[in-house]
Amino acid sequence: MCFEAKRLFRLALGPVLMLLSAATMAAGGEVSSFNMSPGVTAVGKEIYSLHMIIFWICTIIGVGVFGVMFYSIYAHRKSKGAVAATFHESTKVEIAWTIIPFFILIGMAFPATTTLLKIYDNDEADMDVVVTGFQWKWKYEYLNEEGENVSFFSNLRTAQDEIYNTTEKGEHYLLEVDEPLVLPVDTKVRFLVTGNDVIHSWWVPELAVKKDAVPGFINEAWTRTTVEGIYRGQCAELCGKEHGFMPIVVNVVSKEEYAQWLAEKQGEAAQIKDLMAQTFSMDELMERGKATYERSCLACHGASGEGGVGTAIAGSAVATGELAGHLNIGINGVPGTAMQAFGSQLNDVDMAAVITYQRNAFGNNMGDMVQPIDVFNHKKG
Amino acid sequence: MGDHHHGPAKGIGRWLFTTNHKDIGTMYLWFSFAMFIMGGFFAMVIRAELFQPGMQLVEPAFFNQMTTLHGLVMVFGAIMPSFVGLANWMIPMMIGAPDMALPRMNNWSFWILPPTFLLLASTLFMEGGAPAFGWTFYAPLSTTYAPPSVTFFIFSVHVLGLSSIMGSINIIATVMNMRAPGMTYMKMPLFVWTWLITAFLLVAVMPVLAGAVTMMLMDIHFGTSFFSAAGGGDPVLFQHVFWFFGHPEVYIIILPAFGVVSQIIPAFSRKPLFGYDSMVYATASIAFLSFIVWAHHMYTVGMPVAGELFFMYATMLIAVPTGVKVFNWISTMWRGSLSFETPMLFSLGFLVLFTIGGFTGLMLSIAPADFQYHDSYFVVAHFHYVMVAGAVFSMTAAVYYWLPKWCGKMYNEAMGKTHFWISFVGFNLAFFPQHFVGLAGMPRRIPDYALQFADFNMMSSIGAFIYGASQIMFLYNVIATIVSGKPTSEEKVWDGAEGLEWTIPTPAPYHTFETPPKIDSAHAHS
Repeated sequence: MCFEAKRLFRLALGPVLMLLSAATMAAGGEVSSFNMSPGVTAVGKEIYSLHMIIFWICTIIGVGVFGVMFYSIYAHRKSKGAVAATFHESTKVEIAWTIIPFFILIGMAFPATTTLLKIYDNDEADMDVVVTGFQWKWKYEYLNEEGENVSFFSNLRTAQDEIYNTTEKGEHYLLEVDEPLVLPVDTKVRFLVTGNDVIHSWWVPELAVKKDAVPGFINEAWTRTTVEGIYRGQCAELCGKEHGFMPIVVNVVSKEEYAQWLAEKQGEAAQIKDLMAQTFSMDELMERGKATYERSCLACHGASGEGGVGTAIAGSAVATGELAGHLNIGINGVPGTAMQAFGSQLNDVDMAAVITYQRNAFGNNMGDMVQPIDVFNHKKG
Repeated sequence: MGDHHHGPAKGIGRWLFTTNHKDIGTMYLWFSFAMFIMGGFFAMVIRAELFQPGMQLVEPAFFNQMTTLHGLVMVFGAIMPSFVGLANWMIPMMIGAPDMALPRMNNWSFWILPPTFLLLASTLFMEGGAPAFGWTFYAPLSTTYAPPSVTFFIFSVHVLGLSSIMGSINIIATVMNMRAPGMTYMKMPLFVWTWLITAFLLVAVMPVLAGAVTMMLMDIHFGTSFFSAAGGGDPVLFQHVFWFFGHPEVYIIILPAFGVVSQIIPAFSRKPLFGYDSMVYATASIAFLSFIVWAHHMYTVGMPVAGELFFMYATMLIAVPTGVKVFNWISTMWRGSLSFETPMLFSLGFLVLFTIGGFTGLMLSIAPADFQYHDSYFVVAHFHYVMVAGAVFSMTAAVYYWLPKWCGKMYNEAMGKTHFWISFVGFNLAFFPQHFVGLAGMPRRIPDYALQFADFNMMSSIGAFIYGASQIMFLYNVIATIVSGKPTSEEKVWDGAEGLEWTIPTPAPYHTFETPPKIDSAHAHS
């Protein structure tokens, strides 16, 4: 209860704090729990000061308007013997309170326009990252002029146990991912944002970027990283069941660290290529398949293949039917439904493993195995 | 003139077959209150789940169904029909007409509503659950990825549109043709003016909404690709069409509320409305501007910068006529002789909180800043300030204001005032902190949230429960008034009230103004 009381006290303090510390916030660059983040980018800071300017203009007008109103409520009450005047209409006054707000608005429009033009200045980016929204994860692809593109998915890392309150929630509850987007510092990064299924929205408050990820469209946004650090955000557009569970983590590191990370990623990609040529045992496939299933299938098909948004896998005609049909659905999806084409999302090793897993788990004991080469051949047709 | 004094029919038939504007108004009001309770119940589920971080009561999929139905039921079931009910009761009595111009259509436009909402609510029990794509139902979440119940949702929206269009045509026809001799347009009470303009907005945009859902229906069942990029369609087109309806829609909700407070504030200030003409012009300007600002809901969708600038400037302009209205209300109070009965309290609550909602609206209009505000709880806070403290508070004020005239009995003033203060505190506790979490980065429509948002969310939930509970007091007060309120037969229940409705007996007889009244300047625009 002591904890609760302390919390309520802090709650009551919130509004007061917002007004008091607005000025100090601008300098700080820290994450506030009650005001917009000034962020770490030049544009972000500009948006923040624009926000505060408009806020203060509104506050001043509000104090004036409510001041007059409350004075009237205080002084012109019938119970104090106030006798109503009879005046009404005054063209002069009406013109004044039409014209003056109009000029205040023009005053607001100037800084708003300059900031907006900066947000739209996508030119001369140092690097490009394609951001693709999936139900319910993000995919990042680095467009490299030399060497292979690096691409990976970024999934929520918070455990189900934390979400369903069976264990203590971590510090970055719901704002942590398995693989963050890594960016070099002091770089103008252009984001090419698109959606794979429904509309998502990529939002990192401290980088001052929010852009809708619309299927069939590629939207541009940019940021210039200035300070190394970890920045967290979330999907901002309702995208279905797990909309609240697809966070964004951006890790801004030094240029050297970034180069090293990139080389590592490219190495991993090469490794996967090697793996694709190998043949795996049933146990290896099942183990890898389980991990892939939990990452990519569980949200729709359930933890024990019981179904949900998607159809049940346990005992399904597909998973217990002909192998080619099963592979086809995994790779190409089912058009017009929420079942996506996973051929582009999973590498051939993971695809082989997860199909094997689906055919041999949840009581589907089919006993057959899929090897990466089978997936490769199926894709080739 | 043989059956001059006949009263209402007996039994259930009175309500099923009635063409009487007062009966239909009453049914609209009760129906909208029932929907208010239902939508409120959905809101309580939402706030209970958000009371603490983590998933406790419902699953994410069900949470989305709750947010969707809460929005749909409140907008289309509670707020809009409540103002139509008020229009039915008051417009004929305010312009000296015996009834609405098209009484049979009036009956129909009400009676198609209850089955429609029954259908919409029944989707909760269908396979795949109720619609879960938000009240804005953006494609393709509402088409390719929608639950099967979406088809029932589409049908509901079609019928709701039908009802609204019929209601609006009726209001336009009544106001244009049935004013008493001498009741010129510029003598009409402001409530009539705001409703006339609202009705034109409805007739203009409801077909657009019908078009949007029809295209959805085609995409889902007939293989077209209006909104599917894979087939050459455009998901962003859906948003343009939706908001071309949706933005005027928010003024459809708020303009009649403006009309109500424009009646009540002068009555309890005992002073005529300051700047009647400018109020009419401001209403018309807001209505016009509402058609050219729709894409300010879509700043982050990837519009070209020229489009962003146009919609930003146009949106900022709305502050001018809205400001004119607020200044006029306050000038009306200035040097009046104010008293603070329940209707006045709710009107003043409206004035303060709607103005705050107006300020946040202005902030949201600033496109660069909106890149941070968009789809955050800041938006949720903003539109609840204008929808709840705006529309619902003004509707509540209207009920307290005209209830004695309707039933000839006085409500319990002390309980009314208590209802106001609990509502006021509960509302602000619920929605003010949402500004903070929104600015701090909490997206809207999420069933669970990061730990730094926990304090304000708990506060918000407590406020929502208080606000919700206070409505039970309202219901009790209204029923107690009807059943056993202190009878009053004064024609003018409020000493400062002006207008034709206060010249007829109290309670208002079943038929009024069978012969048109004589309009003298004293009764003109209260």
